Amino acid sequence: MTQDKEISVRKAWITFLVLLALTLLVEFAIKAKTPFESSQWRGFGAVFGFLACAAMVLTAKLLGYVLKRPESYYEDSND
Amino acid sequence: MIELIPPGLILLCAALWIAVVPNHWHRLGLFIGPILTLMAIWSVPDGVSLTAPFLDYELQLIEASPERRLFATIFAIMAGVGALYAFKHARRLELACGFAYASGAIGVSFSGDLITLFLFWELMALFSTLVVWFGGTPGARAAGIRYAIVHLLGGVILKVGIEGVVVHTGSIDIQALQAYNFDTYMMLAGILINAAAPPVSAWLSDAYPEASPSGSLFLSAFTTKTAVLALILLFPGTPLLVYLGVFMIMYGIIWALLENNVRRILAFSIVNQVGFMVVAVGIGTPMALNGATAHAFAHIIYKALLFMSAGVVIYHTGKEKCNELGGLYRTMPLTAFCGIVGALAISSFPLTSGFTTKTMISEAAAMQNLVWVWYVLAAASAGVFLHAGIKFPWYVFFQKDSGLRPKDAPWNMAAAMLIFVGLCFGIGIYPEPFYQLLPYPTEFSAYKPGKVVFYLQLLLFSGLAFFLLLPLMKRTNTLTLDTDWFWRRLGAKVSEQATQLISKGYGKASNSVSAGISAALKPILPSSEPSKDSVPAWSIGTTALWISTLLSAYVLIYYW
Repeated sequence: MTQDKEISVRKAWITFLVLLALTLLVEFAIKAKTPFESSQWRGFGAVFGFLACAAMVLTAKLLGYVLKRPESYYEDSND
Repeated sequence: MIELIPPGLILLCAALWIAVVPNHWHRLGLFIGPILTLMAIWSVPDGVSLTAPFLDYELQLIEASPERRLFATIFAIMAGVGALYAFKHARRLELACGFAYASGAIGVSFSGDLITLFLFWELMALFSTLVVWFGGTPGARAAGIRYAIVHLLGGVILKVGIEGVVVHTGSIDIQALQAYNFDTYMMLAGILINAAAPPVSAWLSDAYPEASPSGSLFLSAFTTKTAVLALILLFPGTPLLVYLGVFMIMYGIIWALLENNVRRILAFSIVNQVGFMVVAVGIGTPMALNGATAHAFAHIIYKALLFMSAGVVIYHTGKEKCNELGGLYRTMPLTAFCGIVGALAISSFPLTSGFTTKTMISEAAAMQNLVWVWYVLAAASAGVFLHAGIKFPWYVFFQKDSGLRPKDAPWNMAAAMLIFVGLCFGIGIYPEPFYQLLPYPTEFSAYKPGKVVFYLQLLLFSGLAFFLLLPLMKRTNTLTLDTDWFWRRLGAKVSEQATQLISKGYGKASNSVSAGISAALKPILPSSEPSKDSVPAWSIGTTALWISTLLSAYVLIYYW
């Protein structure tokens, strides 16, 4: 069962990586376009999407240290 | 003939029918009500078609235009499909309140003047609060009270603004305004409170997840989107809205990333999506306003789809925390499929309605040369895929095997979800007929090969970021502080302290006063120390009776 699961997870990853590669390779036929000159280089969408998400996850993680509270936080005080 | 009946009134009558007619006959109202309402919406001609005198003013009860009609249409569709989804599980009165709430939203859509708008605005506040209360838990009661306070306060702010504008301009017409003085800023603030703009966005994620799953579905559609329509009609092209919208977009993503409760994740993503619309209204060009209208229409559909999918899971498992769910695709493939379609649409994946509507807003930003806004919207599209597009289906339907084996959706819920799946793909694959309905003529073509390649790269690589960074997003049983901390914690503490202080002070003062009085009366009264027991205690009933008698006597004497 666990082995089956590992195989299917690996298959999913391989499919996903192939898709990612395809979105990059397709640019040799159809160039990705943005409205601005500054972002017309190959693979911009991929780099921008990845970095934007990484930045948001890290921001959330850091804010979490400050803003996360136990679920009963408000119940303890007054509700 | 039907164009003379306000469409909102038809739905309000349906709500009344549902509330009072017993024995399943109420279901007639659930299905015929929205259909008649839709017919009425589409037979109303452009311009003002029904007026009524009120004080010195001429109220314009029905004023139609393409954007008003589109908003009203999606509100009516939402009520009808929502009823199909909920009629077996939800309580009859809850459905009636949901319909009355929707009728308020449709009433706002067709209001030709500020007074009518305000009346329907308050109708929505009233019935949406009841929908929250139908959650039936102590949490829902408390959240409903907080929700009501925010919205009643928002209503007062809006009213102050409206009265100022009416007094100073002499006109009650709904027309494009500039926010430049106290009156207009108050109006703008009142509307923005309903749009869940900062600093009061917290009411949304606080209240919506506390309602019943069907209640959340109704709540997700109306309040914020009527606020967007009001902004389109009253404050198009207000630069402040661009900044507020960008903040809402980012806030929605970050807070959703921190959240563990499935419905609260979806609630944060409402704020995020409404942020896109608010940015569009701020840009204010015809393309941007088309984008705001189209996106609101598409958003209601896919957001409802997400709430429906989550609702089936909650009805069948009783759980709604990411860390307690997982692996449900095995036994609920249809619900998983519908949830994934909603998730793809909200992420503006090509071929879905999100792509054909949201990218209109980005293009409007690019056309105005708002470079930074375009980049923020692109980053936000990636972020939406991250927090809603993958996070929701991944934690609920895949992730790990939670051991739960719930049944799939019953036929009515499945049918409701499939209708919306059809609309998500319909508007996504063949958007042209939908574009024809938008307020301004448009040359926009959603599918340009280069653009599609860019968005595919953007979205798929944010997917890669999600899976690589999964360890950083471990679910925890926590809540995330928000601005509601100020009224739920700080405000509560301050009022508690103040009450203690006042009651202490009052106790001391009244003690010294009564001591003074008894000292003064000592020489006069023979028994100067009346024991507490000798004073006959009045029941509250007797007191109330006396007060009402005295008041009646006063009124009688006054008129005599």
